[in-house]
Amino acid sequence: MAEKVTILIDGTVHEVECGTTVAAAVLNAGRSLFRRSVTGAGRGPLCGMGICYECRVEIDGVLHSRSCLVPCRSGMEVRTDG
Amino acid sequence: MAERLMGDSVESDICIIGAGPAGLSAAVAALERASSVTVVDENVHPGGQIWRHDQIKGENPELRVLMNRLPRERVNLISSATVIAAPAKGRLIAETPHGATPISYQRLILATGARERFLPFPGWTLQNVTGVGGLQALVKGGLKIADQRIVIAGSGPLLLAVAAYLKQVGARVVLIAEQAPRRRLIRFGLSLFSNPARLGQALTLKRQLSGIPYLTDCYPVAADGEDKVRRVILQQGAKIWQVECDYFACSFHLLPNLELASLLNCGIEAGRVVVDNSQRTSEPDIYSAGEATGVGGLELSILEGRIAGYMASGNLPGAARLFRRRDRARRFARLLDQTFASTAVLRELPSDQTIVCRCEDVALGSLREHRSWKAAKLQSRCGMGPCQGRICGPAVEMLLGWQPDSVRPPALAARLDTLLLTAELAEGQNTQEWSKE
Repeated sequence: MAEKVTILIDGTVHEVECGTTVAAAVLNAGRSLFRRSVTGAGRGPLCGMGICYECRVEIDGVLHSRSCLVPCRSGMEVRTDG
Repeated sequence: MAERLMGDSVESDICIIGAGPAGLSAAVAALERASSVTVVDENVHPGGQIWRHDQIKGENPELRVLMNRLPRERVNLISSATVIAAPAKGRLIAETPHGATPISYQRLILATGARERFLPFPGWTLQNVTGVGGLQALVKGGLKIADQRIVIAGSGPLLLAVAAYLKQVGARVVLIAEQAPRRRLIRFGLSLFSNPARLGQALTLKRQLSGIPYLTDCYPVAADGEDKVRRVILQQGAKIWQVECDYFACSFHLLPNLELASLLNCGIEAGRVVVDNSQRTSEPDIYSAGEATGVGGLELSILEGRIAGYMASGNLPGAARLFRRRDRARRFARLLDQTFASTAVLRELPSDQTIVCRCEDVALGSLREHRSWKAAKLQSRCGMGPCQGRICGPAVEMLLGWQPDSVRPPALAARLDTLLLTAELAEGQNTQEWSKE
């Protein structure tokens, strides 16, 4: 079994496999809304490779982080707009 | 995490941007003569898109072979780094988790790869509507996809490769809708007979995809659902019907990533970086290899990468040996472009209410009021958001015929510390120009 790390997604604890991207962890947690667009629409990942910026969330206080490019690390705090 | 204002500066004779097949092949070739190389890559793990690190399957075996030929002490691999500016000749600024890193080079190889082409249709901004490679990348990053119903649509061989992958990892691929007309695909299929290796790959793929309908001349007219996509409405000829799904993966073939080449003033024509037969761009010390010079697949990327690596390290005979094989592989690239070119009907998909620019929520109707990219940008902010027109640019080009604007630094949304460093390094540059974001 893969090693696990524990992260917080919008204040809730989630155990995820080591190496999982934040984008995958958020989706696996049953959440598909990552950010709200300028007109308030809920959006989620599109390109999966750091180009579209649709998957941006707050990671450890850093706003607008592209969650598809960042692997989960133990103790990480993720905030979506959902 | 403690943020440093500035990463360590990096000096290198040969610097390669992109650690996919072309970039890594360039590094291996260059090391036959050069003592060391620098490779800058945006992802956490090397491999690019096709050899992306896979949470399920681990490291790609072809990637492992290449990496074994890149000894750590001779290759400075800078991962999680995005090049955002070129403040002076021979200088780049990369943004990394540790801050902005200045990089200097004598010779540069751009192996920036390709991205998917997205075209707007009603509902394409719903959650769980993703790219085709995009969904695969998410799954490789650990997204659990078993038993999820997936509709794949758009265009290109990627649709088939991703369908096979998703099926293998337990997803339920409902159907594949390819927009290209059947006659084009038959011609493409016949051409594979001249290349036994490619024919073999195609036949394996066909076996893996048994049981999944592959519809040609078929395209999505809308995605529907409240927040998340619930169903896709498809059209084939006069027939229109809907299919339920959990994810809708859709993209229309691939596009070279040109932003960095454009920033460095390398010539670009027909959506590709222009290179001569030695992979040299219009800028004397800058080479380009792989999908950036035209989408042609893995074999061509590797050959171009090796040629660029040999040329950048002064090994002309090494490069010349590969020209014929490269030229043959390039013919296949042209065939790909012809086969999977978007049909005109795709222009009719978005309504005036359909959002085109997802960063700034600009709908097609409000773009029609303008006459050029520049006017639309100034008045509607279309293409001015964090992605800098990477997603909407190709769509606008197809829908309205506007040519893309030139790239200005920062090439992407950047942090303030990166911008300050960039401004500092750009002698004589006005700081204000850099700090708009």
